[in-house]
Amino acid sequence: MLIASLSMPEQVTLTLSALILLSSFLLLAQVRVDSLINTFALQGLLLFFATLAIAFISGKYDLLISAALTLGLKVIFIPILLRRLVVQLDIHREVEVLVKPSLVMLFGGGLVLFSYYVSLPITELSLLSTRNTIAISLAVVLIGMLMIISRRKAVSQVIGFMSMENGLFFAAVVSTFGMPMVVELGIAFDVLVAVILFGVFFFHIRTEIGSLDTDRLNRLNEVDK
Amino acid sequence: MIALYATLFFPFAGALLLGLIGHWKSAKHVNIVFCVGAFIAAGMLALDVFSNGPILSDGKLFYIDAFNVYLILLNAFVGLTTSIFSGPYMSHERDIGRVGDKRMRLYHSMFQGFLFTMLAALSTNNLGILWVAIEAATLTTVLLVSLYRTHESIEAGWKYFIICGVGISQALFGTILVYFASAKVIPGHEDGLLWTVLQLHAANMDKGVMALAFVFLLVGYGTKVGLVPLHNWLPDAHSEGPTPMSAILSGLLLNVALYALVRFKMLADPALGNHLAGNLMMGFGLLSFSVAGILLHRQYDIKRMFSYSSIEHMGLMTFAFGIGGPLATFGALLHMIVHSLTKSAIFVTVGQASQIAGTQVISKIRGLIRSNPAVGWSLLLGTCAIAGFPPFGVFTSEFLLFTATIKSYPWLVLPLLVGLAVAFAGLFRNIQPMVFGEPPEDQRKVPVNMWPVFIHLALVLWLGLAIPTVLAQWLNQATIMIVGQGVL
Repeated sequence: MLIASLSMPEQVTLTLSALILLSSFLLLAQVRVDSLINTFALQGLLLFFATLAIAFISGKYDLLISAALTLGLKVIFIPILLRRLVVQLDIHREVEVLVKPSLVMLFGGGLVLFSYYVSLPITELSLLSTRNTIAISLAVVLIGMLMIISRRKAVSQVIGFMSMENGLFFAAVVSTFGMPMVVELGIAFDVLVAVILFGVFFFHIRTEIGSLDTDRLNRLNEVDK
Repeated sequence: MIALYATLFFPFAGALLLGLIGHWKSAKHVNIVFCVGAFIAAGMLALDVFSNGPILSDGKLFYIDAFNVYLILLNAFVGLTTSIFSGPYMSHERDIGRVGDKRMRLYHSMFQGFLFTMLAALSTNNLGILWVAIEAATLTTVLLVSLYRTHESIEAGWKYFIICGVGISQALFGTILVYFASAKVIPGHEDGLLWTVLQLHAANMDKGVMALAFVFLLVGYGTKVGLVPLHNWLPDAHSEGPTPMSAILSGLLLNVALYALVRFKMLADPALGNHLAGNLMMGFGLLSFSVAGILLHRQYDIKRMFSYSSIEHMGLMTFAFGIGGPLATFGALLHMIVHSLTKSAIFVTVGQASQIAGTQVISKIRGLIRSNPAVGWSLLLGTCAIAGFPPFGVFTSEFLLFTATIKSYPWLVLPLLVGLAVAFAGLFRNIQPMVFGEPPEDQRKVPVNMWPVFIHLALVLWLGLAIPTVLAQWLNQATIMIVGQGVL
């Protein structure tokens, strides 16, 4: 596939999806809590533009509603809520120590390859000319998962979780031009409630163990006490 | 039609109302009233479906057939009996100062909210809404797991939230893939996730995509079913939350997640034209069954122990649905009922036992038959029932499953029998000293309401002795839907 042979909007979509993948890696490597939230908002913004681009390519204008939901939820509401929470908890200047950062990044790269391999049967069927965006969306989901596994701070894990959700949304947009509207609204509602509950949990964890290091949540196991 | 909306309306209205008045002394009665309403409505719905066949609602949003209607009735019933138990149990927890007014409100509201999400997940026709409802079930229960706000319960809540959240995201990816595959064969953007539509076109959907989708769905919903190795959240969430919640988690949530998985298997099978989905389920099921049986031996906490028993039974059911013949499927459907009734009865009993002993640690609960015969005998009988002793219903369903296994995969009976023996030993080595022997001095007197347990155990006994024709017909219809032919 020659990039130059694609139409302008398709090139825009491809570029945006590459940037979304890049932002996933940025999230993986970002150690400062406030920058992490900014990067997450940036990913949401890229997702918003990608959705707009696909809406115009495909002519499916109900995608504009999804795009508006993304803008409202993932660019504005969630980042603002998270920022308020970290300021209240006084951890916005904290710097997290990453465990084996280079290994995690390499593993992330491996996940991208894996996603391309797994999504081969799908990409062959896709109507969109920007086919490899499906592989990218799976990679974003898996990198979000990697982030949850490799991080210790509760805030970073939540951002990994939300970034997975971004990947899922992107997958729905690029493979099928979004889910049916009732499902999309339901998912948006679930995400909204989830982020509020995460906020509640931050305070509970903080009150109980004095910090947000989920490493210290390690009392439950199978060994007799 | 009205019965369907009423079934969903009662728990929804209950969640809203109890969010306001859940701390009142009478809130426990209000809770029961809403559950009674939902149960009666579910009963009417079941009668309607039984006599008139499947119902599709006007907006195509809900679809009730033989498979989900009996689970709806079961859910409403277990919800009702658990709410009866929950009244005195939570009053006692409030009296000893473990929860305050605000958390009582949260508890009551989320109890109804959870029932609502379960019923919505079962009755919906849209596989996307199914996902939304199961995710919402996590959201409603996550604050209940951490209700006591101890270090352990917050840890359990966080684990539950993250593991189930990540797991269920995989299921959403699988659902998106199914939608993608269906968009190729089904015209109409909005209809591509409707079960009634998908079912007709399943055979034409793309093989590669459906295989990939099923793997993601198995991982996703399998996390919620509690399949090993995705089970870590389950024992924690069951042991740290309030006991009525453990009862409904074990009795309802696991069933509903398995229901979702089986629905997708029904789509994957014709699309793939081979036994891949079944083989995957058999593998995961057998692994869960065996590992959980062994882990039963290592437990120190009584609720953790029984949650491993739940993993074991869910593994067995997943295995049976994986085998896929009419007999195995019939057995698995029956096992869903008897497991759910028995396990929720056991959790209710365990809740009473741990209030009497003031702890959940197995080695400190002793002599229950002496100090409180009703609780002691219920625990013993419940354990006998769950371990698969005749004449209880679990024996019947396990017998059917084993017969089916011998027919299709004779050599797999060996690990199943070994697994049952291991699990039996694991349960009884812990239960025997808890019910027999001398009670310690410091046991408390607590208000005990054992009626829910007696009713559940009586039903399980009844199902073991004679399955009523109505139920057998029902399960047979569901079996025909799932595998194409019945057993009767």
